[in-house]
Order: sequence, then C-alpha cells, then structure tokens
Amino acid sequence: ISDIISTVEFNHTGELLATGDKGGRVVIFQREPESKNELFSQGEYNVYSTFQSHEPEFDYLKSLEIEEKINKIRWLPQQNAAHFLLSTNDKTIKLWKVSERDKRPEGYNLKDEEGRIKDLSTVTSLQVPVLKPMDLMVEVSPRRLFANAHTYHVNSISVNSDYQTYMSADDLRINLWHLDITDRSFNIVDIKPVNMEDLTEVITAAEFHPHHCNLFVYSSSKGTLRLCDMREAALCDKHSKLFEEPEDPSSRSFFSEIISSVSDVKFSHSGRYLLTRDYLTAKVWDLNMESKPLETYQVHDYLRSKLCSLYENDCIFDKFECAWNGSDSVIMTGAYNNFFRMFDRNTKRDVTLEASRESSKPRAVLKPRRVCAAGGKRRKDDISVDSLDFTKKILHTAWHPTENIIAIAATNNLYIFQDKLNSEMH
Amino acid sequence: MFAKGTKRKFSDPGEEPALGAELGPVVRPLSSTYSLQRQSLLDMSLIKLQLCHMLVEPNLCRSVLIANTVRQIQEEMTQDGTWQIMTQALAAAQCPADRLVATEVLCRPSEALAAAQSPKPLPAGPEEEEEEEEEEVVVAAAMEEDVDSEANPLSSSSFLPAPFGAEPGWEDEEDDSEDEDSEECPSDAEDVPDSRRGDQVFGTFEIKHPAPPPDPALEELFSDVDPSYYDLDTVLTGMQSTPKMGPYDLLDSLSPHAAPALSTGTSCRSDLNELDHIMEIIVGS
Repeated sequence: ISDIISTVEFNHTGELLATGDKGGRVVIFQREPESKNELFSQGEYNVYSTFQSHEPEFDYLKSLEIEEKINKIRWLPQQNAAHFLLSTNDKTIKLWKVSERDKRPEGYNLKDEEGRIKDLSTVTSLQVPVLKPMDLMVEVSPRRLFANAHTYHVNSISVNSDYQTYMSADDLRINLWHLDITDRSFNIVDIKPVNMEDLTEVITAAEFHPHHCNLFVYSSSKGTLRLCDMREAALCDKHSKLFEEPEDPSSRSFFSEIISSVSDVKFSHSGRYLLTRDYLTAKVWDLNMESKPLETYQVHDYLRSKLCSLYENDCIFDKFECAWNGSDSVIMTGAYNNFFRMFDRNTKRDVTLEASRESSKPRAVLKPRRVCAAGGKRRKDDISVDSLDFTKKILHTAWHPTENIIAIAATNNLYIFQDKLNSEMH
Repeated sequence: MFAKGTKRKFSDPGEEPALGAELGPVVRPLSSTYSLQRQSLLDMSLIKLQLCHMLVEPNLCRSVLIANTVRQIQEEMTQDGTWQIMTQALAAAQCPADRLVATEVLCRPSEALAAAQSPKPLPAGPEEEEEEEEEEVVVAAAMEEDVDSEANPLSSSSFLPAPFGAEPGWEDEEDDSEDEDSEECPSDAEDVPDSRRGDQVFGTFEIKHPAPPPDPALEELFSDVDPSYYDLDTVLTGMQSTPKMGPYDLLDSLSPHAAPALSTGTSCRSDLNELDHIMEIIVGS
C-alpha cells in the first residue's frame, strides 16, 4: 500500500533517493552499483530503507490535527559512513541518521550467542570478541528533534553550505538552526503583520545559496523573490535584492496575483541563477538582474483561459516544484495529466512527457506528448485541454545531481527515468 | 474539489475570458454578464474562505490569496459605484425584523429562536452602529430575497457586510456587538445573530493564530460560547441533511460559535469529550 508522495530528493552524490509521503513515511532508494556483467542492470534504484518519520499529532490548544505528511526532505552532505537527512511536516523537523550494519560482534565472555548471561562457572578462558559479517541491515535512528518553533506551516527547509546550520521557513517566518542545537533557533525573517487582518502576503519557499553561507532567498505569494544577506542584520526583514517582474497591465485579471504566486524557488548549481515556478510558467532569474527574469518558459499556457474553473476547483492553488539538471542547462517541472515538462535553456527546445504505467515499461523510450488548445488543430495522439485529468498532478520532481536521471512523483507512484544514451552531462 | 453550494457551471467558455483575463486598467465593462460573473466570483471566494477544514488548519497561503481576490473585487465594485448602489438599495429595502423569515436553516427551532430573540444591538458608537445595521440588513435582505425570489435564488445582491474592507477596529465592533447580544439573551448563550459573519473571513486569520497572550476582549467574547454545542450540533446536522445550501444559507449557518469551535482558539478551552461528541456527529451521519 503506498500513500501519496509529498516530496522527492536525491542526496548529494545521487546514490540515494528519498521520498516522503502523506502518511509520514520516508522511503529511501539506493542505486545499485554498476555491474560489469550486464550492461543494463547498472544504476537501478532499489528500496534501501523505509521508516516512519512523523506521526499525526493533535494540537490541544487549537483543537486541530497536525498532519504527519512529510513536506520536505533534505540530505546533509555525507561526512562519514552514515547518511543524515532532515525531514519535516508542518511543525516539526527531524534529523535522521541512516547507517549500515554489516558486521556484528561475536564471542562475548559474559553473554552467550543469544544474549543470555552465561553461568560464570562455565567460563574457563577469556576471548576477545571479533566482528563477523552479517546480512546487511540498514538502521535509521532519530538524532535530533527541532520542535515548537513554528506557529505556521513549514513549507521549506534548506541546509547551509557551512554544513552546520539550516533554515526552516513557514508562511510568515524563517528560522535558523544549528544542527546540534534543538532547544533554540534564531528568527531571521518575520513578515507577520501586527494585525493579522493586514496580512496580504506569505512566504512560499526559501533556500540557502549553494556556496555563500550568508545568502538565502525566499519567495512570496505575490510573486516576489527576496535575496537576503545574514551579515547585514540579525533580522533579515530588509532584503538585499528584490526580484520582481512588473505586471503587464493589459493582462491583469482577478487571478493575476494568484497565478503569480511563486510555488518553488531553486538556486542553480552554479549559484548564479534562480529558478522559480508560478502557476503557468517557470522563470530563470540572473542574481544580478532584479528587474525581470532572464528567461520565461510557458509550462501550460493553455490553462490561461480556464483560470476561473481552476479557481473554483482549487487547482489554481496547486504548488508545483521545479528542478535544475546538474549542468544548469535544462530545467524541469510538473504539470497535470501526469505530464512533466523539460526546457533546454541552450537550444530553447522543450518536451512534454508523461509518467504513466504504459509509458514506463523497463527500457521503454518515453514518447513526447502534446496538448492542443481547444479548437486548435489536432494531431493524432494529441490530448485536448478539456480531457486533461486535473487530479493527476506532478507536483514533485527531482534531478540527479550529476547524471541524467530524474525522479517523478505521480500521486502514489514514483517513476525513475534514466537517459542511458547520454549519461554524462553535456 | 468543488466548493459546496456552487453547483452551477461558471459560464460558457466564450464569456470566461471577460473575467479571466484582459481587463483594461481604466475601462471596466459594466455589462450585466461581467457584473454577474464578478458577483459569482465574489460569492465563490467568500464560500471558500468560510469553509474551513474542520480538523486540520487550512492553508494560510490559499486563504490569503482568496482574501486578496475578494478585496480586489470589492475595490473594483467600489470604484464603479456598484458597491454603494447595492448596499444602499439593501438598506432602504429592508427592516431587520424581517430576517426572522427563513431559509431552511433558519426554520430549525434553535436558529429561529436565536433570530427572534436577538434585538438590534445597542449602539456602541455612531459609526459602529451604522455599520452593524448595514450588516444585519444586508444579510436580512439576502435571506429575504432567497425566500421571495426562488425563481432567482442567486440574486445579485451581496451579503457582504459593509465594513468588510474597513480593517481598523472591526474586531472591536464584533466584540461590542457580541457582548451586547450576550447581555440581552443571557439564557441562550448561543443566540448571537449571525449577521456579521462576513467579518469572519478575516477573523479566521486572527482567531486561528492568536497572539500570545490572548486578547481579553476575545476571551470574554468566547467565554460565553464554550458550552454552546447545541448550536454546533444543529449546524453540523443541518449541513449534512440539507440537500443543497446556497451560499447565503451557508454563511448564516456558520454562526459565530460554529466556525470558531471548528477551528479556532475558542476550542482551546473545550473538553476532548465534547470534541469526541462532535466527531461522532460528523462521522455518524
């Protein structure tokens, strides 16, 4: 039985892939080492470990349930044999240690093989216990619990490049934590107005710069991005840079603000660009240019005339994530009908692919899909806008840090696609 | 995923673009189609804000975006004069006592009793009084029209209370009027009229996330409300048994205790037993 997947994340080497689901579970996949015997069995991902990260809780003060759904998982860079990851639900962040055990000690003096205390009279000599190999066991243990720091729902966590601190962002505040200290955090952004009635904007996502440990960015429901420098002030309410595209007055509608709300923001691997996703587009921003994005990609512009219906059925509030490939040359994001889109920044070509059982037989090549606008010329195999399934949404996608391997979460199912021909980055 | 009560299709695709896009900055078409669509969007938005998830805190981002949409509509309606016309017409046409007449929701004994016993609130100040009257009158008119004009159940008159956009001090208003009503009907703690529930749209923000320490005015306000699960029962049973509730009905039935009890700080003082009781009702029906 699998639950709805709510987050997907590769670790820094791409060897491990973690997914979190609505039921609070985390499943980690590990890539099999390349086998020299069979050409095609290299690099398959298999289940490595499964554990329950969060349980549902009840907030007695507000008489509200706190969902166990995992909102985000972020891996820590590996520093020893064990792996560490942070997982969070709406309120609590946890640090988990994932370690392997493939040896166990044998030959204790005071205990027998089953652990029972030996009768001392039977012990005639002393031996030194030795480590003997055993079947591989993956152990997961909670190491830290970062709780009670968020009044609102946590939407993002991001590990700093100093590998000692991380931040957690909720709708109105961002807190900075030290990985070893759980009883306090520093509030670095607070946009809560004195009167909640004056609230018109919330934080939607946040991320640390990949190289500069003092810089981070956060996005808002009004479509703005703020780059903040922690060296400038303790409370980063004043941004260093504000990225906002001026609105085109001729296309303004009652839905303009909603569709401009940024659902995800990601730094490029190089740290020079930002990738953002709003309801209809994905945008690449240059950190040196605040006035407008460098590039804008239409994800599903055919929905522009359907905004009212999408508002009525709440789909307009769906939060799609976005991802860079390892070389920052291609960006990817999900859409409806289990479609996901990739845009090549250099060639300006784009493709729509579908994550479905039929298209995902092993070693099958994905066929590009096309959505035709209502009334437009329709080719064979095209899908018309009106027959799109809006319950099949691909909100969470991840790209391997160095290779052309992508992980796509389609509701309950995880799809991993590999580009075998072009495994290396261009 | 469709909001309750909005079974009607929004409009044919040909007309949709009018609301979905391409509105010029200066000239707003005041065609009846556009007005109806805009009204419909306003109603839809208000319902979305009112329908809080009962067990889990609703998405703040979504609520803020919807509330901003409502503000935009209201601003535009104020600019082209539609807003004033509407509220004036309603004020002139109705007398608060008429609100006793009913939709199905109001026909239930406790609700009717509540309506009957609640007098006009005592004036707490000239401005507040005026606005409260308008609120009640607006709601009354909406209900009246629901009854009278069944051929046109989705009348274009709005139930939106006037001070919706008036942020400063609305909370005090609510407190004052709530207190007054409690004083008037001490025996029926739950009998606060549901007239100004439009305020709850924004009230939900504050109430769900109360600043510590709690506001003494709010505490006093809700201290009367805690034992009043009778109303909550009625509301919940009503919401399930009523086959189709229009947006106005829903708004009325979300009495001040019902909504807060569902998802706000008032429940911080409720017993788990009482919560179980509610859960049985929800699950049992």
